[in-house]
Amino acid sequence: MTTVPQTAASPQTPDRGIPWGRVLLWLAIAFTVIFSLAPVLWQVLTSFKTNAAITQAPVVYLPGFDQLTLTHYVDLFRLNQFHVYMLNSALVAIVSTVLCLALGSPAAYALARLRIPGEQAILAIVLVVTLFPYILLFLGLLELVRAFGLANNYLALIVPYTAINLPLTILVMRSFFQQLPKDLEDSARVDGYNTVQMLWRIVLPMTLPALVTTGILAFIFAWNEYLFALTFMTRESMKTIPVAAAQLGGTTLFEVPYGPLAAATVVGTLPLVLLVLFFQRRIVQGLTSGSVKG
Amino acid sequence: MAKLELQNLTKAYSRDIVPVKQLNLVVEDNEFLTLVGPSGCGKSTILRLIAGLDQPTEGRVMIGDRDVSRLPPGDRNIAMVFQSYALYPHMTVRENVASGLKLRHLPVGDIQKRVQEVSGVLGLDPLLDRKPAKLSGGQRQRVALARALVRNPDVFLLDEPLSNLDALLREQVRADLKQIFADQKSPIVYVTHDQTEAMTLSTKVAVLNNGYLQQLGHPHDIYKTPANRFVASFIGSPQMNLITLSRTGNTVALGDFSIPLPIGIQAASVVLGIRPEHLRLPREGDMHTVSGQVFLVENLGMHDLVSLRVQGDPTLTLRALLPADAAWSKENLQLALPPESIHWFDDETEQRLG
Repeated sequence: MTTVPQTAASPQTPDRGIPWGRVLLWLAIAFTVIFSLAPVLWQVLTSFKTNAAITQAPVVYLPGFDQLTLTHYVDLFRLNQFHVYMLNSALVAIVSTVLCLALGSPAAYALARLRIPGEQAILAIVLVVTLFPYILLFLGLLELVRAFGLANNYLALIVPYTAINLPLTILVMRSFFQQLPKDLEDSARVDGYNTVQMLWRIVLPMTLPALVTTGILAFIFAWNEYLFALTFMTRESMKTIPVAAAQLGGTTLFEVPYGPLAAATVVGTLPLVLLVLFFQRRIVQGLTSGSVKG
Repeated sequence: MAKLELQNLTKAYSRDIVPVKQLNLVVEDNEFLTLVGPSGCGKSTILRLIAGLDQPTEGRVMIGDRDVSRLPPGDRNIAMVFQSYALYPHMTVRENVASGLKLRHLPVGDIQKRVQEVSGVLGLDPLLDRKPAKLSGGQRQRVALARALVRNPDVFLLDEPLSNLDALLREQVRADLKQIFADQKSPIVYVTHDQTEAMTLSTKVAVLNNGYLQQLGHPHDIYKTPANRFVASFIGSPQMNLITLSRTGNTVALGDFSIPLPIGIQAASVVLGIRPEHLRLPREGDMHTVSGQVFLVENLGMHDLVSLRVQGDPTLTLRALLPADAAWSKENLQLALPPESIHWFDDETEQRLG
């Protein structure tokens, strides 16, 4: 065919050459995905490789069957009691998150709805607390823990974690409460709800998305926190995941246990990933839609 | 049932911000009172005071013989429909409607029966198990109404319930509202800034401005004999022509034309008011006419809204509502001012004269 017939076959798609815009877009997307996921994938890969495969040069990207193993994971739980550390982390993180929401939300509601004298001053103080470098609190806290005899006590972590997360909770929840339509609360009061019933049965269900969002942030902080956990918890059975993972040692002083470390990272991150995936729908879902005019 | 009485009701947020001033009102059973006024006139605040959502600075709210001024909203046995409908988003329509009854620990059977009745009246049966997010604006509005009706309250309060509906739906719901509330014995207080709603729905209208009650009366009386300049300008659409004139003897001069003042008016400077719909083309025997040049014609369908400059004083303009099929000249339009349709107000006190 030397003469090209009129493009009758596809008149809707005129030939404009390569769509550079789209190519660039997808290149950018691919780069971003690889850039952010590569370290995670690398850790996961390492955690499943045998020690020999980990140290082999050149790097093994696609290990064969004989280079895969679960020993690193099995060892975490058999030799190192990682189930205990996970329980410790879970307990500390859950309790401090719940406390944070239970204390922060009422405070935020009061700041959003009531006319409190000095409200701006209170907010400013709350904000200043978040700006305070947390390393500066550390020595003071150490003295306090000593004075109250809280070393190797879960409270030594629960209390600071709650306190550190409170300002953020209050600020986020306050702005959420402010955008909740006030008519709903008025309507509930006319209907005969008293304050407690109104907060519990009308306001709380609408607040769930915000509670979940701030709760997850608080939980992640508490789960990952290292410095306080390292200092205030010295007994082996009280340690949390980040500390335990960091203290994994090799058989000799000069060996870095890449495999167990990678496995510990995966084990420590997995609960967070599951948590976020599980609650994601809740976060995205706008529960308030349709209550007032739309 | 019970009447609603407001005695000396005052609400002050600060010394300068006083949205409600010394208000006295009685709404009897079977009465439909509309509070109407421009934004900021205090009408919504009055409703919130009656509901108990705000506390009065002075004065009392009486329902029947009970002084409810210090009672929380839930103990006043009132029902309120909000402009935004304020439906609970996490509850189905049925739960929304029943929530007030459940809180009063009524037997489940009674609750079901009453919800069924109300949902029948308002045509909500197919929607009962939906959440508010899945309803249209008009449907939400009906749910909000149902939630009020199901309670059998001593007083109904409605805060601009139609203003979130589009124009067509609003007209229809307005008619529905009138029918629904015709069957209710309890006093109804309705807040709106829309004078058409006020005129069509109510048995009594209270016109408010700046926190003061300007006039209270049957809608027809308010239209026919506005008590002051504000009411005259606020009620009626298109707006009444209001022209400030100074008197010479017993007449005032409207451009080249002189119009006699009714006997007994003492004011030095008066405001002449006449509604556009009362200005008409002259007929045989008309005493007072003015003429002028038309500078604007607005076609309203059935009528033409004509604006003209009065001959002799081009700063004076009059607007007249003329039948669309009438013949008139643009250059020199003659209009009759029927004396019985002219309202006179004192320019200084703004009160009605004569």
